[in-house]
Amino acid sequence: MDAESLLLSLELASGSGQGLSPDRRASLLTSLMLVKRDYRYDRVLFWGRILGLVADYYIAQGLSEDQLAPRKTLYSLNCMEWSLLPPATEEMVAQTSVVKGRFMGDPSHEYEHTELQKMSEGEKVFEEEVVVQIKEETRLVSVIDQIDKAVAVIPRGALFKTPFGPIHVNRTFEGLSLSEAKKLSSYFHFREPVELKNKTLLEKADLDPSLDFMDPLEHDIPKGSWSIQMERGNALVVLRSLLWPGLTFFHAPRTKNCGYIYVGTGEKNIDLPFML
Amino acid sequence: MCVVSLRGNLAWGCYGDRTLQLAEPLVPRNRLADLSKAATLPFYICIPPSSRTSFFLTPSMEDLTSPKQDKENQELGEARRPWEEIAASSQDPESGLSEPLESEQWLETGPQPRSSPPQSPQSRASPPLDDVRGPGAPSPPSPAPEASFIPSTLALAGQQLAAPWQSDRTIDVNPKAETPRSHHLEQSDQGESTAPQTCQSEGDTFQQSQQTERHLYGPEDVSDNNSKQKELRFNIFQEEDSNSNYELDHTESGVSEGAPSLLEIAIQSAKAYLLKTSSKSGLNLYDHLSDMLTKVLDERPENAVDIIESISQDVKMAHFRKKLDTLQNENEMLPIYETAEKQKALFLQGNLEGVDQELEDEIAENSLPNVMESAFYFEQAGVGLGTDETYRIFLALKQLTDTHPIQRCRFWGKILGLEMNYIVAEVEFREGEDEEDVEDEDVTEERDDGDSDAEENDEDELPRTFYKTPQVIPKEENRTGANKYVYFVCNEPGGPWVKLPSVTPAQIVTARKIKKFFTGRLETPIVSYPPFPGNESNYLRAQIARISAGTHVSPLGFYQFGEEEGEEEEEVEGRRDSFEENPDFEGIQVIDLVESLSNWVHHVQHILSQGRCNWFNPIQKSEEEEEEEDEEKEEEKGEEPEYMEQEVGPPLLTPISEDIEIQNIPPWTTRLSSTLIPQYAIAVLRSNLWPGAYAFSNGKKFENFYIGWGHKYSPDNYTPPPPPPVYQEYPSGAEITEMDDPSVEEEQASRAAREAAVLPVAEMGESEEDEDEDDDSDQE
Repeated sequence: MDAESLLLSLELASGSGQGLSPDRRASLLTSLMLVKRDYRYDRVLFWGRILGLVADYYIAQGLSEDQLAPRKTLYSLNCMEWSLLPPATEEMVAQTSVVKGRFMGDPSHEYEHTELQKMSEGEKVFEEEVVVQIKEETRLVSVIDQIDKAVAVIPRGALFKTPFGPIHVNRTFEGLSLSEAKKLSSYFHFREPVELKNKTLLEKADLDPSLDFMDPLEHDIPKGSWSIQMERGNALVVLRSLLWPGLTFFHAPRTKNCGYIYVGTGEKNIDLPFML
Repeated sequence: MCVVSLRGNLAWGCYGDRTLQLAEPLVPRNRLADLSKAATLPFYICIPPSSRTSFFLTPSMEDLTSPKQDKENQELGEARRPWEEIAASSQDPESGLSEPLESEQWLETGPQPRSSPPQSPQSRASPPLDDVRGPGAPSPPSPAPEASFIPSTLALAGQQLAAPWQSDRTIDVNPKAETPRSHHLEQSDQGESTAPQTCQSEGDTFQQSQQTERHLYGPEDVSDNNSKQKELRFNIFQEEDSNSNYELDHTESGVSEGAPSLLEIAIQSAKAYLLKTSSKSGLNLYDHLSDMLTKVLDERPENAVDIIESISQDVKMAHFRKKLDTLQNENEMLPIYETAEKQKALFLQGNLEGVDQELEDEIAENSLPNVMESAFYFEQAGVGLGTDETYRIFLALKQLTDTHPIQRCRFWGKILGLEMNYIVAEVEFREGEDEEDVEDEDVTEERDDGDSDAEENDEDELPRTFYKTPQVIPKEENRTGANKYVYFVCNEPGGPWVKLPSVTPAQIVTARKIKKFFTGRLETPIVSYPPFPGNESNYLRAQIARISAGTHVSPLGFYQFGEEEGEEEEEVEGRRDSFEENPDFEGIQVIDLVESLSNWVHHVQHILSQGRCNWFNPIQKSEEEEEEEDEEKEEEKGEEPEYMEQEVGPPLLTPISEDIEIQNIPPWTTRLSSTLIPQYAIAVLRSNLWPGAYAFSNGKKFENFYIGWGHKYSPDNYTPPPPPPVYQEYPSGAEITEMDDPSVEEEQASRAAREAAVLPVAEMGESEEDEDEDDDSDQE
C-alpha cells in the first residue's frame, strides 16, 4: 500500500484483522516520509509485517520512476530506523529454502542446518554432515522476494507501459468496474512478466500492449490459490492469497484505492492442495 | 470636427484641441470588441462638422440612436460569428483556411471583382489620417477645405466600420440591392481610388455619406430598407477590400495567383481524409480530435501530453457507454443496497423498541459485551477489524442478545473463508432456555448411529468381519466441556445469526486430522480424508472448540474455582470444570504479565484426545484410539501422560507457561503494546500455535480474540493420515500358509529318499512324481 495513503489503506485492509497500532502507524507516517527523501524514491510502499517470535519486521519498499524496476526493500524493527536489504539472488533463495519454522525477529539470528555433503579425499568419496549457518536477514530477503514474485498484485490499468518501455502509474486509472472486479483476470502480478512470453499469438491478440504487459492472476497454480471476496456490500473487493496466507489485496471498485499488505509469519502454505 | 479613435474597448473622441473619451461609445461595447478584434490597427473616424451634433451624445441623441442600434444589434448578433471567423482568419495571411473562405466570397460576390481595385482602403486611409491629425489638431480655425476633403475619406472608413458587422450570410441579399446602388458604388470606388486627387468625387461621396448618416440616424420612418441595403453595400465593399488587401500582400510577396488554389486543394483533401468515417467504429478522426481537444481544454489535466492515449481512449469509451445505458443490468448494484438495507435495520433497532426501553436495557446490559472497548485495546495491540466494521458487529450482537434469551455474550472473533467470512459470537443461554432444540439434535444423531448399526447387522449373513465399531463416545452435555457455550455465526453484520450445532467428540477427533479451508457457507460438505462426520457447520464448531480450548487465557487470579465443590474429590476425579470471577482480584502489573507467562492461565478446559473435556470411560477401548493418542501428544500442548487408561488433561486454570513447545517454538509471544509510552501500554499475548489468536490485558481487564483461517500452526507440512492397515479376511493357519519352493538340492534329496522308500512299489512312485512335476510347472 502506498505510504502516503497509509491510513485509508489500512482501514480498507482491516477486514483481515491485521492492522497497526496507533503508535506504529504514526511512526510509519513519519519515517517513511524521511525514507522517501533520503533514498530518493519516487514512491514508497508499506509492504507489511513479518511476525517473529521475539519481534516483528516491518517492511517497506521504494520504487523508482519505472514501477517495475527492481524494488529496494527496507526493514525496520521499530518503524523508525530503516535498513536497506540487499537484492535477492537465486543462491540466497536456494540456501534459505531449507529453513523451516518461524522467524525470530532478530536479523542476526543464525539458523543451523545440517546437510550431507559429498567429500572426496583422494580416491575415497564419503558423505559428511556439514552444519550450514544461515542468517535470518538472508532468509528475510529471500522470503520477501518470493512473496513479491508470487503474490504481489496490482489491478489492470493501474500501471501503463509507455512506448519507450518504462512503466508508469496510470493517472487516468479510475478503478475497475464492478463486473471486472470480480474476475481474477483483472488483476496482475506486480512483477516482470514471466508467463506472457509463453502465450500463443492467438492469446495475445486481444491484449492491449500498454496495459496487459503483466501476468494475470487467473492462471495461477494451483487453481484456486486466491480467495476473492466482495465486502461491505460490493464496495470493496478483497483478494487473499491462500498460498501465502497473510497477503491481503484490497481495491475499492471505481476508485483509485488499491494496494496490498502482507502480515503473516513469512511461511508458504505448502499444504494448500490438501486444504481446498 | 471630431476624430474618434478606437483603442482597446474605448472610443476616443477628439474635438478641436480637446480629446474626450466618449461617455457612451459610438457603437455598443460588445461590438466595439468585435471591431477591435477585426482590426489590428486603430480605427479613426472623422465626422464632418455638420453631423457632429449627431455624434456627441446628448441625452436626446442617445434616445434616438439606441433603438436603432439595438435593431442592428439584433440583426447582426446572429451573423456576428461568421464575420469573426473571417476576420480572425483574414488577420493571418499565412493561414490556409482563410483562402478558400475568401475565394468562396469571391464567387458569391461575383459581379464585384471589376470594381475592386487592388488597393487597401485602410492602408490608404490611415496615412492621410496622420496628416489629418497633424494639421487638424493644431490648427482648428482653418479646417474648412481640408475638413470637407479628408473627413470624407474617413467617413467612408467609418461606414466601413459599420459594415463589418454584417455577415457573409447577408451578402446573399446583395444582388437585389446592387442595381439601384451601383452608381453609388462606382462613385465610392472611384472616390476611394482617386480620393487624394479628385476633390469633386470626394465631395460626391461625402454627400452620399451624409445621406447615409441621415439614413442611419434619421427618424425611424425613413426607409430602413434603404439604409440597410446601403450598409450591405459597404459590407461587400469592405470584404472586397479586405480580399484585395491580402491579395495585394500576396502579390507583393511574390505569390502567384495559382498558389492559393493548390494549397486549397491540399487542405481540402486533407480535411476530407480526416473526415473519412471508419468502417469499424463509425467515427472519424476529425471529430475525434476535436472531441479530445475539447476534453483536454475542459478538464485541463496536468501534463496532458503524457496521458493523451488514455484521453483518446476515454473519449472513445464515452461513445460506448451511452449505448450501453439501455442494456446495463440493474441487478449489478443490488448487493450494495441489500447490505445497506439490512444494516439499516441494525441502526434502527433501538428506536423500534417500545416505551419500557429502560427495562429492556437493564436486562440487555448484562449480556451485551462492550465490543468497542475491547476493540480499542486490540487496536493498541495492532489487531482487530476496522472501527466501522467493529461497530456494525457490535450492533449485530445487540440484535442477537435482543432476540434470544442470552445470559452472557461475547464477540469471539472472525474466521476467514474462501467466499465469505464468519463472525462468531459466543453466548450462554439463560437457565432452562435452550433445552428443547438440543434434545432434537440428540435424537437425530442417535438415529443416524442406529441406522449404521442396523446395516451392519443385515450384512451378518455374509462372512463376518472382525472389525468392531469402536463405541461411539457420547458428546458432552450442554454447559459442560466443549459444549459449554453456544456459538452463533453470521456472514456479515446484519445477516441472520445461525446457531451452530453442538460438537461431538468424533468431530473434534477428525477435525484434528484434517486441514480444510472454510468456504463461508455452512451447509457445504467437507470432502476430506479421514471423512468428517458432518458439514462445514460441524467443522467450524469443532475448530472453534479447539481454538477456544487452546487460546482462551486470562490473567492469574481473575477467575477462581467455585466454592461449592469439594476440592479433594475433584482432584481425584481429575478436574474441576466450573469457575467464577474472583471478586477480590486486584489486578496484575502489566510488566509482570509481559514478562512471565505463568501469570496467565487457561480458563477453558483442555480437550482430551478422546474429543471430550471430561473423560468418558468406554467399556472397551479400541487400538485405534491409542494410536491417536500417541499422535496427538505432540499436537496437544500441556497434555500429561495418561495413567490407568484414563486420559487426564491439565486442570483448569493451568498457567500457560506449562504449554508444550511446538518444535522449539514457544507457544506464546508476549509483548507490550507500545514501547514509546510504556506507562499506559497493555500486555499483548499472541498465540503461535493458533496464528490469529490474541489476548490482551491491561492488568484488570482482559479479552481474547481470534481472527484467521481457523487452522493450527505446524512447522511441518500437513500429511493426511495413512489409511488403516488392511484387515485380515480369515485367520491364518498352517494349512493355508504358502510354502517356499523347494530348492533343487532339496528336491533331489527328497526324490532320492522317496525312490529309496518307494522302490518296492514302483508304479505308485511314478505317478506321484508326475504329480510333483505338475505342481512345479504350475508354480513356475
